[in-house]
Amino acid sequence: MIGEGIQSTNQRKHSYVQDRVEVGFFTDPSVCIGCKACEVACKEWNQVPDDGFTWSGNSYDNTGHLGASTWRHVMFLEQDRQKGNQVTGPMGLTPQSEDPFRWVFLSDVCKHCEEAGCLEACPTGSIVRTEVGSVLVQNDVCNGCGYCVVSCPFGVIDRRPEPLHDAGGAFKCTFCYDRQKSGLVPACAKVCPTESIVFGRLDDLRARGAERVQQLQQSGYGDAQLYDPTETSVRGIHAFFLILGEPEAYGLPPKPQVPTIYLKSAWTSAFATAIASVIAALLAFAFFS
Amino acid sequence: MTSDSPSEKRLEELREQAWKDGVVPGKGVDVAGGPIPRKPGYYGQAVVKPPVWTWEIPLYFFIGGTGGMSAVIASAAFSFHHLDLARAALWLAAAGAILSPILLIMDLGRPRLFINMLRVFKPQSAMSMGVWILVLFSACAVPGLIALELLALHLFTGAMDQLLNIAAGILTFGSAFFGTLLATYTGVLIGATAIPAWFLHRLLLPIHFGTAGLGSAAALLELLGHRIAALNALGYYAAAVESVLLIWLSIDKHGVADRAIHEHGSGWLIRIGEILTGPLALVFRLFSFVPFAAISFLIGALVSRFGWIAVGKVSGSDPESVFAAERL
Repeated sequence: MIGEGIQSTNQRKHSYVQDRVEVGFFTDPSVCIGCKACEVACKEWNQVPDDGFTWSGNSYDNTGHLGASTWRHVMFLEQDRQKGNQVTGPMGLTPQSEDPFRWVFLSDVCKHCEEAGCLEACPTGSIVRTEVGSVLVQNDVCNGCGYCVVSCPFGVIDRRPEPLHDAGGAFKCTFCYDRQKSGLVPACAKVCPTESIVFGRLDDLRARGAERVQQLQQSGYGDAQLYDPTETSVRGIHAFFLILGEPEAYGLPPKPQVPTIYLKSAWTSAFATAIASVIAALLAFAFFS
Repeated sequence: MTSDSPSEKRLEELREQAWKDGVVPGKGVDVAGGPIPRKPGYYGQAVVKPPVWTWEIPLYFFIGGTGGMSAVIASAAFSFHHLDLARAALWLAAAGAILSPILLIMDLGRPRLFINMLRVFKPQSAMSMGVWILVLFSACAVPGLIALELLALHLFTGAMDQLLNIAAGILTFGSAFFGTLLATYTGVLIGATAIPAWFLHRLLLPIHFGTAGLGSAAALLELLGHRIAALNALGYYAAAVESVLLIWLSIDKHGVADRAIHEHGSGWLIRIGEILTGPLALVFRLFSFVPFAAISFLIGALVSRFGWIAVGKVSGSDPESVFAAERL
């Protein structure tokens, strides 16, 4: 909890990897101040190369989207809606018009799905599930086939282009597995000044998230909800979010599905085509030769 | 810009309103990145990632599909004692078996780590299954061709010749078995992904890729001089199936979710490909312009493979398609 100081799960040492405890991130935009310390900490600790300084023109977000060299991404939403009970002044020139306006910041990250599309798709076994339930890409095994890229329902993982360091392989958030093995907290959670990113046991965080949603709804944030697709084939995510408003506004898919659910029908069609082709060939030679 | 153009008139209006009312209300226009951007999703950013694959992959779909289905024709020809045709078809299959891995390795981000594909066998990954199908296809098609060629040379007699005949038969049928899978699994590969325009057509894709492979194999053999009725019949079959798929695609529309198939340059590639492989090839065959039918089908099959990868790039970059597909 905020104010716990070194007692907070974001700061104290842990043994989740040794104890094989499911961990997670709970990211709460209602306390995010958009400082991007998580982005910087992630890049510095993981030595992720800079992928260009471009001015997007989209609010204060010049990061753009998650990718091979962006594992934390702070979103800046500008919406014509009210934030909780906050009193907003008019934006236009006409004093009588009501122009509610709010800014929402949310630090996006790999969701570490329960049923991960990238992990299922990987043909080299480079992507694995760790003891703490996170999804990890083993960089030295990945040969850069690119199949995980189209298999992620959240558009997180990507192949790193030339001329960046370690180009050609697929990269995404590691959940700071290296740090976790040593009992340390992931870099982004460690540096978050408002504990908008909370790291901890997944069951604790889920309880905390539900509590926070209730708290916010009572204080006038009618559109606060948890984003954790447990109802779809993804079966829940380890890095879940509290969001204000609809998931679409955050570029989050409303009903993400793990692509393996399409395999059965696609293979059935493939086998039927294979059999039909063989029969067609045999019939053609039997009757026309 | 003349002084009576609409934009100048609008400025005049604004000036008059400012003069009259002392204030001009209005939110102006939505500039890119201005407050309250109206782009879909999060600033119009892609929700899923479009494929990173370049020209090697669609070309591999074409060559692998043609090679794989050539092995089917080789088997049928072998069964009905058309040894020359079987040899020619297995040459195509072996060429496909050699070119396909080269194209696949070229497209990898780290080609030297290609061998890591062979450290796992993973039924839930269409890519892994595809690699094994290709490996086994190559392992049958190349030695199968050698056996057939030795057989054709009549080097041996008696028991040895019998043995060679059996080996050639087994390897040819083996390459046909894995060849049919090689030609069709590519539809599963892109059909079982998070790209809306692909997974919405996961039933159509294997049928299209497999049949385009069969038609291409027959067309290529016809162009190589094997103008026999059986290949013409297969050409009819493939063109007829492709014509049906063209109708299927134009009926089975999912609006915004699969608009990449019907709009943009990607939509045109699909349309051109389907018309060349379907109705046009059919009409050429009806008028006995067999070489034209063959060329039309081959070009169409190639264009359509590039079209489907282009569809993936357009559809994957379109956040509205992803939202629409999930709301279906």
